[in-house]
Amino acid sequence: MELHILLIFMIFAAIVAIEVKDLLSSVIAVGAVGFALCLAFLVLKAPDLAITQLVVEILCLIILIRATINKDLPLVIEGRWVFNTLSTLGFIAVFLLFSWLALRELPRFGEPIMEVVKKYLQEGVSKTGAVNIVTAVILDFRAYDTLGEATVLFTSVIGIMAILRRPGRKKNNEK
Amino acid sequence: MRNNPETGMTLIVKTITRLTVGLILLFGIYIILHGHLSPGGGFAGGVIVALSFVHLMLAFGKDIAVSRVSKNLASNLESIGALMFLSIALLGFLGGSFFLNILPKGTPFNLFSAGIIPLCNIAIGIKVGVGLFAIFLALVVLERSK
Repeated sequence: MELHILLIFMIFAAIVAIEVKDLLSSVIAVGAVGFALCLAFLVLKAPDLAITQLVVEILCLIILIRATINKDLPLVIEGRWVFNTLSTLGFIAVFLLFSWLALRELPRFGEPIMEVVKKYLQEGVSKTGAVNIVTAVILDFRAYDTLGEATVLFTSVIGIMAILRRPGRKKNNEK
Repeated sequence: MRNNPETGMTLIVKTITRLTVGLILLFGIYIILHGHLSPGGGFAGGVIVALSFVHLMLAFGKDIAVSRVSKNLASNLESIGALMFLSIALLGFLGGSFFLNILPKGTPFNLFSAGIIPLCNIAIGIKVGVGLFAIFLALVVLERSK
């Protein structure tokens, strides 16, 4: 259910990113797609991919904003300061509330959570049949992450081939 | 392998390469096939396979290496590896879910065991090996051809 909401939101944000005229709004809409993808990874129980997606998304967003907005960032400072201050305080309160709730759930110092690892070590051989426990984890329990890594390698090879191909490919009608 | 003295390195390097490159390739294939039994797997074995071709290219010049694995063959094999991995993942839907291990597990410590894991290792090995070699090929060949 949450996944469908996220997917619909991502499709909507992608359409907005294509159709909107302003370049900054388009970049921010692309960022919204990336953050929704991060949440989708979390819903699908792949937290390491979600962390990677979050870091890469923030980096790409900063680089894209830095590259597209070189000057004349339209800053609106005057007016509406009551609304701005109140909304800022409201967001700070929400952030503190959620971080307090999240910090309460952390395990105490010296008592690590080993539940997932314990399950892998105990049932690894009987569930997958692979003796090498690393292979059993990356190709059976967490095979979805490995698919993502393989996709990253594939994309990088395509990018290198496309960038280094010096002559380029001409269309037929332009000589 | 022709022994053309104009391309590549000296005769000593060429002779040693001719003796060792098959063993390096074989070791890479061993690492890939035994990924579920011993340390290693598709990624590490693929890098070793790619290094054997890089070795060939460094010793004999780029023409002989390109005659063994051309750029189009490298691109096609890379795509085939990726599609093979994805289709193994999709085959899990026959049993109910993505990446489900549908093949029989077999007895542990055998070479033919662990269901789909060796097949995944082979697919990743093809993909990583050919992909890394394609990157090296692009850096060497495409840079010179202005």
